[in-house]
Amino acid sequence: MKLGIMVSEGPYQHQASDSAYNFTKAALEKGHEIFRVFFYHDGVNNATRLTVPPQDDRNVVNRWSELAKQYNLDLVVCIAAAQRRGLLDENEAKRNGKDANNIADGFRISGLGQLIEAGIQAERLVVFGD
Amino acid sequence: MEEDGGVTKKFLYVNRRAPYGSIYALESLEVVLIGAAFEQDVSLAFIDDGVYQLKKSQSTDGIGMKNFSPTYNALGDYDINKIYVDKDSLEQRGLTLDDLMNLTWEDENDNYAEKPSISLVNSEELAVLMEQQDIILSF
Repeated sequence: MKLGIMVSEGPYQHQASDSAYNFTKAALEKGHEIFRVFFYHDGVNNATRLTVPPQDDRNVVNRWSELAKQYNLDLVVCIAAAQRRGLLDENEAKRNGKDANNIADGFRISGLGQLIEAGIQAERLVVFGD
Repeated sequence: MEEDGGVTKKFLYVNRRAPYGSIYALESLEVVLIGAAFEQDVSLAFIDDGVYQLKKSQSTDGIGMKNFSPTYNALGDYDINKIYVDKDSLEQRGLTLDDLMNLTWEDENDNYAEKPSISLVNSEELAVLMEQQDIILSF
């Protein structure tokens, strides 16, 4: 089955991102197709490469990056939600006159249309939120 | 849109939270407005504290946040005219339809007559509405 995934909460504070990751990984291992994972609201914070979690805990951000690399996953971060919350890639940092960017490997920043498109293209859109 | 092969799906946006206690209401409205460009079959539902999002005469002067409620008036221009408000949620909060913004749309098949966009529904009708959808996004 072709699935779309939406993640609405940030890492660690809520289980939503963990659940979304576990679901996505399980679906891929079962041979399902993930059309896209879309990060919205505080979910955009799953894409910062500046998290430094304790070493005896899971690394939520790196885990997404690794899954994206392994399965060529499309991880999309909402640009409007990201800019509000200080999540920038190189282009957006430059465009907004900021001195740093913080997007992790495997994520890309794009618009909300990517969420709607995932809803249209996927057979199911599965939302992980609060 | 062309790249989506002319597929039309039924999208329901469910709004359950008060407008300013969190950003969900504002960011829900942003999805609705962007999504309007994709010419899908869109409905909105307002349940629980979400009914406060449609309250008329909102003022955010005291909290230093942007009052985004006027934006709901633009929904009719985006052909979003199926707005369902849970009757019980309104009543539980001491509100009636008269306390909500008068959201309207122009029916081009009826000489551009201005028609109300908001319908009051009960929980059974909401359940039927949800059953009919392809995509439900809850905020």
